[in-house]
Amino acid sequence: MPNFLYTRRKITNYAALGASLLSAAFGVAFLVWILKDVLVMGAGALSPAFFTELPAPPGEAGGGLANAIGGTLLLTVIATAIGVPSGILAGTYLSEYGRGSRLASAVRFIADILVSAPSIVIGIFVYAIIVRPSGGFSAIAGAVALAIIMLPVVIRTAEEVLKLVPDATREAALALGAPHWKVTVFVVYRGAARGITTGVMLAVARVSGETAPLLFTSFNNSFWNWKLNEPVSTLTVAIFNYAMGPYDDWHAKAWGAAFLITAAVLFVTVTARLVVGRRHGG
Amino acid sequence: MTREAYHKSLREAQDELMRLSEMAGAALKASMEALRKRDVEASRRIVRNDALVNKKRFEIEERCIYLIATQQPMAVDLRTLAAIINIVTDLERIGDHAEGIARISISIGDGPLVKPLVDMPVMADKALSMLQRCMKAFMERDAGTARRICDEDDAVDALYDAIYDELIHLMIEDPRIIKDATYLIWAAHNIERIADRATNIAERVVYMVTGKMEEMNVSKY
Amino acid sequence: MGEKITIKRLNFFYGPKHALKNVNLAVGDREITALIGPSGCGKTTFLRCLNRMHDLYPGNRYEGEIILDGADILLPGLDLIKLRSKVGMVFQKPTPFPMSIFDNIAFGLKLNGRRDRRDAAARVEAALKVSALWDETKDRLHEPALALSGGQQQRLCIARAIAVEPEVILMDEPCSALDPVATAKIEDLMSELKRNYTVVIVTHNMQQAARVSDRTGFFMMGEVMEFGPTRKIFTAPANKLTEDYITGRFG
Repeated sequence: MPNFLYTRRKITNYAALGASLLSAAFGVAFLVWILKDVLVMGAGALSPAFFTELPAPPGEAGGGLANAIGGTLLLTVIATAIGVPSGILAGTYLSEYGRGSRLASAVRFIADILVSAPSIVIGIFVYAIIVRPSGGFSAIAGAVALAIIMLPVVIRTAEEVLKLVPDATREAALALGAPHWKVTVFVVYRGAARGITTGVMLAVARVSGETAPLLFTSFNNSFWNWKLNEPVSTLTVAIFNYAMGPYDDWHAKAWGAAFLITAAVLFVTVTARLVVGRRHGG
Repeated sequence: MTREAYHKSLREAQDELMRLSEMAGAALKASMEALRKRDVEASRRIVRNDALVNKKRFEIEERCIYLIATQQPMAVDLRTLAAIINIVTDLERIGDHAEGIARISISIGDGPLVKPLVDMPVMADKALSMLQRCMKAFMERDAGTARRICDEDDAVDALYDAIYDELIHLMIEDPRIIKDATYLIWAAHNIERIADRATNIAERVVYMVTGKMEEMNVSKY
Repeated sequence: MGEKITIKRLNFFYGPKHALKNVNLAVGDREITALIGPSGCGKTTFLRCLNRMHDLYPGNRYEGEIILDGADILLPGLDLIKLRSKVGMVFQKPTPFPMSIFDNIAFGLKLNGRRDRRDAAARVEAALKVSALWDETKDRLHEPALALSGGQQQRLCIARAIAVEPEVILMDEPCSALDPVATAKIEDLMSELKRNYTVVIVTHNMQQAARVSDRTGFFMMGEVMEFGPTRKIFTAPANKLTEDYITGRFG
């Protein structure tokens, strides 16, 4: 090949490489910026009181967000308890029982739409079906909203992960004379366990950062609340309220909450990645 | 999955077998010619040429063993190779019998024969024809012809009996010719054996074509 | 020996596609029956009729009879779970379950109603010994089965099938993914299995069929062209097509 062709190819190669590196750097830069701000501004706001005390009355310094931390945990746990089992079962239907059936493709289609639906729409929906009929904001309404957001994510990941188990494995189990449900529970789930765990963790991480749907459902509460039919405070809603408030101390608290939620999501996501890494590595 | 190279090699082995049979047949023909003409020089040539027959026999056998080792022949191919390996032995022995006739011719020397050759060339022609038709049946996968050739061995045996009786009579009449007459009996015996070998070949052809081992005409010698 | 499975006028359809045409065949009890033929000839389709694997997918249809121990397994309402625990199957690619070696076999045991845990250890050992895998795995029974080599995985699958205590074992090209050493081990194993089990094997490897089987069926385009004793099929087949196939004149 003539030399100039080589040269031209090299130049094109470097140009493309440079362009993609720049784009990547552009995206990463913003991410790093956000993380840096959250870290710098948020870590300073954390103190033992932040984790243990209730919010101080407006305008007074001190206090903490213990109730919001508890509320976020409460909502996440309930949402997970509702969303994950039903999501996994629906995913199981799609992958193991309903292959090629109309119902399955309908479910898959709806799940795909739900995944990309704005979460505020889910909030309004739950407001209409739970908050209004029951006469007020409640923890359970927030948990249901989060569960609905989780559901399509879990359904689709569960389906995809279950489908990764080779059909040959299913056939082998069926050929041993195993009934369908035993094949699913004892063979297919075992093969997909790590993938499902990862999917669930990512779904949990996703919903624990939601704010918009909670504004219409679990609302807010300045005090401890473990009752499911009462409003409850959450970190994300606390960020929303405090960041818009007039007091510097509130702004600091909002940064602290932002830091905490970011750290938690990061922790869950990284753990999920490690689980996946182990699966592919070993 | 058609195996072109393998089948080409298998065909070549059969062509080589034909060449070997031609060499053996030619040796028989030449040895009879030399015996009749009292041509000691030609007889010596036949003795020397037998080494070529032996060499060719080993070449073919090796080729067959190589094919078995490398190609896992089956069914008709396997039977063909088994037939070839058996037939080369028969052909090589036919060559040896022709060489035997040539050696007898040398032993008799350049003096005249005790009697003119009458039945023996007829016998030799029959044996040669049996051999040639057997090989044709081999190439054409013709079990029917091969079976019929076996029956012709009786005629060769009958000719041998006639030659034997005649020479014994001559020896009784004139004991001075016992040595040379005995040589001629041996020569006839060699031809008789060649016909038997042709029968063996016919049996192999029948097995190769039908897949069944059949005992054909059992020679009385 | 008697016949374990008798197939009479079997026709099979994948939807509109007529995949098996009037198959008649007899599988000898405690013998190895090999099925050979070019790709797409129907031999695997036929094998999968014998444990009704085709029922897993919609649109498949059988006609005719498959008589196993005197009873037609194609009759409607037949208990497929029972059938499959009587007729085991080993697949082309090893299919170990994503669990430990021990659990793979214990899965089969449990299906068979053997739930006693102490008993299980002995039975797992017995199954692994039959498939000649015990010595290689006795110190690592609780390691993942997927960590085994391909040949070991395939022998594990055979052990797992045996644990269910079947009477017939179907093998669908069990050595096609294995190297010659592993293949030789499986072949040795097959002749061992013959003592207690009836084996039907589909193979692309004609030498393998010739080495291990007692009877051989040659399939082409959904039909059985020739079926008979292996010794006869490989030395003197009656059908010209069989001969052309096994000598590599087409295929």
